[in-house]
Amino acid sequence: MNRPIRVMSLVCLALFVSLLLAVNYIQFVDAETLNAKNGNRRVIDEEFSRERGPILVGDRPIAESVPVDDQWQFQRRYPDGKLYADITGYFSYTYGRSALEQSQNSILSGSDSRLFVNRVVDLIGSNQPRGGSVSLTVNRKAQRAAAEGLADLPGDAKGAAVAIDPSTGAVLAMTGTPTYNPNVLASHDLSAVSDAWERLNANDNQPMLNRSTQQSLPPGSTFKIVTAAAAMEKLGLKPDSTVKGGSSLSAPGFGSYELVNQGGGNCGGNKITLTQALEVSCNVTFGDLAMQVGQAGMQEQADAFGFSRRPIDQVPSNPSQFTQDPDVELEPPQLAQSGIGQFEVSATPLQMAMATGAIANGGALMQPYLVSTVRSPDLKTIETAEPEKIRDAISGGTAASLSQMMVDVVDNGTGAPAAISGVEVGGKTGTAQSTPDRPPYAWFVSFAPADDPKVAVAVVVESSSTGRDDISGGRLAGPIAKSIIEAVIGR
Amino acid sequence: MSTPTPSSAVVYRKRRGAEAVLVALALCIVIAAFCAVGLGARDKIPGFVVGLSVCLVVIAVATHLVVRFIAPYADPVLVPLVVTLNGLGVAMIYRIDLAEIDKSGADANQFAGRQVLWTVLGLALFVAVLLIVRDHRKLQRFTYTFGLVAFVLLLLPLLPVIGTEINGARIWVRVGAFSLQPGEFAKICLAIFFAGYLVVKRDALALAGRRFMGIDFPRGRDLGPILVAWLVSLGVLVFQRDLGSSLLFFGLFVVMLYIATERPGWLVVGTTLFLGGATFAAMTFSHVQSRIDAWLHPFPVSDSTFQLVQGLYGMAWGGLLGRGLGQGSPEITPFGYSDFIFASIGEELGLAGAMAVILMYALIVERGLRTALLCRDAFGKLLAAGLAVSIALQVFVVVGGVTRVIPLTGLTTPFMSYGGSSILANWAIIALLLRISDQSRRPPPESAPLQMDDATQVVKL
Repeated sequence: MNRPIRVMSLVCLALFVSLLLAVNYIQFVDAETLNAKNGNRRVIDEEFSRERGPILVGDRPIAESVPVDDQWQFQRRYPDGKLYADITGYFSYTYGRSALEQSQNSILSGSDSRLFVNRVVDLIGSNQPRGGSVSLTVNRKAQRAAAEGLADLPGDAKGAAVAIDPSTGAVLAMTGTPTYNPNVLASHDLSAVSDAWERLNANDNQPMLNRSTQQSLPPGSTFKIVTAAAAMEKLGLKPDSTVKGGSSLSAPGFGSYELVNQGGGNCGGNKITLTQALEVSCNVTFGDLAMQVGQAGMQEQADAFGFSRRPIDQVPSNPSQFTQDPDVELEPPQLAQSGIGQFEVSATPLQMAMATGAIANGGALMQPYLVSTVRSPDLKTIETAEPEKIRDAISGGTAASLSQMMVDVVDNGTGAPAAISGVEVGGKTGTAQSTPDRPPYAWFVSFAPADDPKVAVAVVVESSSTGRDDISGGRLAGPIAKSIIEAVIGR
Repeated sequence: MSTPTPSSAVVYRKRRGAEAVLVALALCIVIAAFCAVGLGARDKIPGFVVGLSVCLVVIAVATHLVVRFIAPYADPVLVPLVVTLNGLGVAMIYRIDLAEIDKSGADANQFAGRQVLWTVLGLALFVAVLLIVRDHRKLQRFTYTFGLVAFVLLLLPLLPVIGTEINGARIWVRVGAFSLQPGEFAKICLAIFFAGYLVVKRDALALAGRRFMGIDFPRGRDLGPILVAWLVSLGVLVFQRDLGSSLLFFGLFVVMLYIATERPGWLVVGTTLFLGGATFAAMTFSHVQSRIDAWLHPFPVSDSTFQLVQGLYGMAWGGLLGRGLGQGSPEITPFGYSDFIFASIGEELGLAGAMAVILMYALIVERGLRTALLCRDAFGKLLAAGLAVSIALQVFVVVGGVTRVIPLTGLTTPFMSYGGSSILANWAIIALLLRISDQSRRPPPESAPLQMDDATQVVKL
C-alpha cells in the first residue's frame, strides 16, 4: 500500500501548492486591483482618514478635503456641489466613488506609484500621507453659462450641454439637468447618505446620470453634418453641388412610405444646392444622400467621427451608434431615416460636440479630456495633458467647406438663435422624436469663431414644450449654446 | 503490499527532547501573537492576554508530557504544529473579539475564552484517546460499530428537536446550551470504518477488472460500496445542504479505496461519480448554483458574494507582510473568526503568514502520511493515510473556498476556526495519528532474538 500513499502525498502536495498559488495571486498579483475596487471598505476607511487632494478649476477647488473632528478626520466637500457633479462625481463611504473621484483616485488618495517618494518622505517624517491635486480643463464661466442656461429651461426639462476646445479636445464645460449634490453622498452621516442614495436612485429622471456622456439620444437633424460629410467624402459633392430637394422622398423598397420634411413643406425647389439643403435642414436631401452613400459608407463616416467607441474614460461614458447592429442590413427607408439622425442612430452630446469640433478643426478629431495637470501634494507637476488626435475624420477641404456651410446655417437658416454679432458662428439645429408619446429632443451643435475655432458645443434639451420643428428646437437649445460660446470667447 | 515494510532492524529515536524545544518555540510564537494583538488593537497588553498565555502554556506542556509518557515514540513534529495553529487561531479570535467590543460595546459576543476552554476539553479528549487506544489495531474489531456510529452521527442533525439549522446548513445538534457539529466526529468514525472495511475487502475489490487506456477499471459488480458511499454523501448534500462535508466524506472514501486496492481506476470512477453528482447538484439545488455563481462572478458585490469578496479584500489589504495583528479590519468579513479565519490571518499576517499557515497544514499532512508509510500493519496504514488525507481535503476545501480556488463551502479550518466540535475532533485525530506513529516507530517486541544465536538487544523503554 505504500505506492498509493506516495501518490496521495503528491496529490496532497498539489492541493497545497494550488492554495499557495492562490494566496500569492490574491495578496500579491491581484492585490492592487482588489484594493482599487469600488466599495472596498478597508481601503475607503484608510482613504477617508487621509487628506485627499483637491480637484481644481483654475485655482479654485471644486472638490476638497477639510479637517473635521470625527473618526475620519477629513470631510470631502464640493463647494459648487451641483454645478460640477457630472465631472467630480461623489466620494462616499458607503457607495464608493464615481467620475473623476474614481478615475483620478490613485492621485487624489496619494496611492499613485508616481507619489512613491512623497509617501516615503511622509513615512520617515511620520506625517499623514496626503493626496495630489488634479487641475481641470474646464472653463468656469462656460460651465456656469451652461448650467444657468439649462436651469432657465421650462420646469420639466431635462438636458445636457458640453463644450470642448476643437483644437485640443479639452473639455470646457460639461453639465446636465436634473443633477445632484455630491455633498449629500459624501456626508459622514451614513444613514442620511443611504436615504439620499435611495432617493436619487428612485428618481425616474436619473439625476446621477452624466447626460453629456452616458445618455445617447437620436441626434435628429444635427446628424446631417455627418451625412453631408459622408456625401462630400464618398460622393465628391461640393457645397454648390445640386442635390435632390422637394417635399417628399420615395424610392424602390419604400412601399407606401414617404420620407417628408418637418412640417411637410418643400425645401425650396426640386433641385437645390447642398448648402441650401443644410440651411433649411432638408430631410429629403439627406435621406437621399444616405442611400447614395450606402450603409457601409455611412457607418464608416460615423465611426470616423468617433461613433462606436467610448469617447472619454475619465468619466463614465457610452459609445454612440449609427445602427444597433452593424451586421444587420438596413431596409432602404431605415437607411434614409438614419441619414437624418433617426431610426437607430443615437449619440451622446459629447459625441456630437466632438464631430462638430472635428469639422471646425480642419477635420482632425481630438480625444476629449478633462484633466490638464496632475500635481503632487507639494505642488510639483507630475503630468501635463498632451492633446491627442484620434484621427482625421474628414479631409481638410471637406472640413473647410462644411464649416462654411454651418456658418451659413446660422447666418441664413435654422441656426439663427445662435448668431453672435461680430463673430462667425457655425451651427446646426436638430429635433428628433423617439416615440410619439415622449417629448422630442431639441439639439443644437455649434462652433465659433469660424476662422479660428475656440469652442465647439453640443446642447440637448428634452422637454414637453419643444416644438416639433427644427426652428423651435433651435430656439430652445440655441441660446444655451450661444451663451456658452460667448463665455468662452469673452463676449 | 507491494513494498516491504521497514526492516525491524531500524531503530527510531524517541525525539521527545526535539519535541520539547519545538513546543517551546510554538509557545513563543503564540504568546508573541497574543501580545501583538493587544498592542496593535489597544496599544497595551491587556490582562486577558496573560490569562490566555498561561492557559496555553499549561495546555502545551501538558500535551507534551502526556505524549512523553504514554506515546514516547510518537512523531515529534505534530504536537508543536498543532499547538502553533491552535494558538494562532485563539489569537485571531481574540483579535476579532476586541474589534467587536469596539463596534458594539463591552457586551459583544466573546469567543476567545470559550475557544481556550474547548481546547482544554480537546486536550482531555486527546489524553483519553491515547489512554484508551493503547494499540490502534484493536480499533479494527469495532469496524462496523464505528460505521454505525458514523451513520447515527450523520443522521442526528436531521432529527427533530435536537437538530438545528444554522446559516442554511442543517449540520448542528443542540443539547442544552451547547451546539455541536456531529459531522466533525463522523469524519473520524468513517475513517476507522473505511480502514477496517477496506482491509478485509480490498482483495476482492482489487482483483478482477478491465484494462482501458492503461488503467485497471473495477468490475461492475464491485461498484456497490463506492455507490453506497456516493449516495450517502449526496444525501448529506441534499438533506443537510452541506457541500463541504459531502465532498470531504466522499473524497475520503475514494482515496482510502485507492490506497487499499492500489488501483488508480477507483480514482477515475470516484472522480467521475463526483463530477456527475456535482453537476446534478449544481443543476438541481439553488443553494449550490448560487455558490457556483458567486465563485465564478464575485463582482459586482451582491449579498451572496459579500462574504467571499470581503475575504478577498482583506487578504489583498494584507499584502505581503500584513497590516499587523490588531491593525487590520478582519471584523468586516462575516465569520472572520470561524469559516473565514484564514482570510483574517492573510489580512493581519500577510502573504507571509498565510503561506506559513498553509505550510504548517502541509507538514501535518506530511507527518501523517509518513506515519502511514512507516506503519507495519495494513489497518494502521490505511487509517493514518485516511486521517492525514482528511485533514488535507478539509484544509483544501475551506481555504480553497476562501481563496476562490473552488466554490465556497462551509467547513471549519482545523485547529483555527472557532468551534468546539472542530477542536475536539481534530485533537482526537492527532491523538490517533500519534498512537499509530508511536506503534510504528517503537522497536518491535522481541520474540525473534530467541531463535537467533548472536543476539540480545537492549531496548530502551
